[in-house]
Amino acid sequence: MSRIFLKGCEAIAEAAVRSGCRFFAGYPITPQNEIPEYLSRRLPEVGGTFVQGESEVASVNMVYGAAQTGTRAMTSSSSCGISLKSEAISFCASARIPMVYANIARGGPGIGSIHPAQQDYMQATKASGNGGFRMMVFAPATVQEAVDMTYAAFDYAQRDRNPVLILADGVLGTIMEPVVLPELRSEQEVKALKDAQRDWALVGHNPADGRAFIKPGRWSTLDQEQACKDNEALYASWENDVQVEEYLVDDAQYIITAYGISGRIAKSAVNKLRAEGILVGLIRPKTVSPFPYGAIEQLDYSRVKAILDVEMSIPAQMVFDVKLAVKDRCPIHTCLRSGGEIMSREKIVEAVRALAQ
Amino acid sequence: MERNLMIAGFGGQGVMVMGKLLSYATCYSTDKNVTFFPSYGAEQRGGTANCYVVISDEDIGAPLGDIMDDLIVMNGPSLNKFLYKLRPGGTLYVNSSIAKDPITRDDITVVQAPVTELALELGNAKVLNVIMLGVYIGFTDVIPEDVVWETIMQQLGKKEALIPLNKQAFAKGLEIGRNARK
Repeated sequence: MSRIFLKGCEAIAEAAVRSGCRFFAGYPITPQNEIPEYLSRRLPEVGGTFVQGESEVASVNMVYGAAQTGTRAMTSSSSCGISLKSEAISFCASARIPMVYANIARGGPGIGSIHPAQQDYMQATKASGNGGFRMMVFAPATVQEAVDMTYAAFDYAQRDRNPVLILADGVLGTIMEPVVLPELRSEQEVKALKDAQRDWALVGHNPADGRAFIKPGRWSTLDQEQACKDNEALYASWENDVQVEEYLVDDAQYIITAYGISGRIAKSAVNKLRAEGILVGLIRPKTVSPFPYGAIEQLDYSRVKAILDVEMSIPAQMVFDVKLAVKDRCPIHTCLRSGGEIMSREKIVEAVRALAQ
Repeated sequence: MERNLMIAGFGGQGVMVMGKLLSYATCYSTDKNVTFFPSYGAEQRGGTANCYVVISDEDIGAPLGDIMDDLIVMNGPSLNKFLYKLRPGGTLYVNSSIAKDPITRDDITVVQAPVTELALELGNAKVLNVIMLGVYIGFTDVIPEDVVWETIMQQLGKKEALIPLNKQAFAKGLEIGRNARK
């Protein structure tokens, strides 16, 4: 397996194509521009369609439409652009349309800054639009993970008929790293994936397929309630899809919780602190929805003295999920940057040293 | 073993190209991990441009750091702005043609290379980054010099006419770097 040197955004785009994505619509915003730029060139090569829409709202609704045909479809944006897409994302969740989107997050709130941040955690995991729907949300920490998660995201989306979000940040979108790319699915495989959805998709008039209806809402409140119950059952099934990295937690007296870019920086801090003899470990959610509550719940709190939650968000957001799992069994501290300032290993190291003293 | 480098200069000095050449060479010709992180503002030509390259035998944590092992500065403003980032015992590689301010630290190694003048002597101001890359490789041996040269040739691609010039530039840099190591 030979590795190639790719920028995060480009790697996400290529992984999407290899997974079978054949439609992308988007609108420019830093720091995710290399995704649409790359796909504008790449998708036509595989018979796919790229559209630069006139706005975020238009683009995401094009994806909503394309995905209704069973075509693997994607959009991407950054933070404030993602907010604009939230209405259509909610419609996709209500109509149970599989689609994938990526948030290469930047500083907020509002226009915020163009620099990397992790300030969209709550939006991503709890309320990406109205109505209380949920999605699987993947939080890659390396370009390789971004590739693997994007490739898999389309399969999860199709399995569940639900949107899937790749929650990255401006560092991950911008850095270049060596990656090993998955196989490019053949045109036959891509067609087979599309054909497998004929039972619900809008594929044109064919008496053999019966009629298909896409319903982002129901006339009957009882029908709508039933749809919500079906969604609830889907969300509960994700218990088996939790992904988490647990690093040196078995003997750890201090546990760092961090995801995405902060997670990998925290891991290097763990290595440095271990060399100093401080017993510290890392729990890094790779899926932030479903959240790996179990990994934190089952820690031995007779040994764990404190948890340090590390995020590029002020105030902290993921810490609420950490609190749910810790259940007041040890103190929880935070180590935070925000607004486009990037977390440093030294800041984490100093925060843990302070706890250990 | 992890080694991190920051390269800083003006937009147009080939700062990003220098970082990418080093990164490509590491990715394609070694089994080490490498990250390249470009950092630039909304400015274009004449603005500041800098990038970070981390090369490691293990997984790489932060693709950029507060504390650098190596710092290459291609112009005066970058020297003043980023000198504090260099760890004690780290190495500063300075384009002494235009970064002329006195170096205010004595706990670091300084490698002076007048790469702007040397590039002009070679007849093409644009090769200053290839000279500086040679200086860095000559001094550190962080990855083998032939691997870097192969990468430069690949990146030049169809511009074969530029190979002799770049060869000279790279060799000049290697010589400065090796001599500084003695």
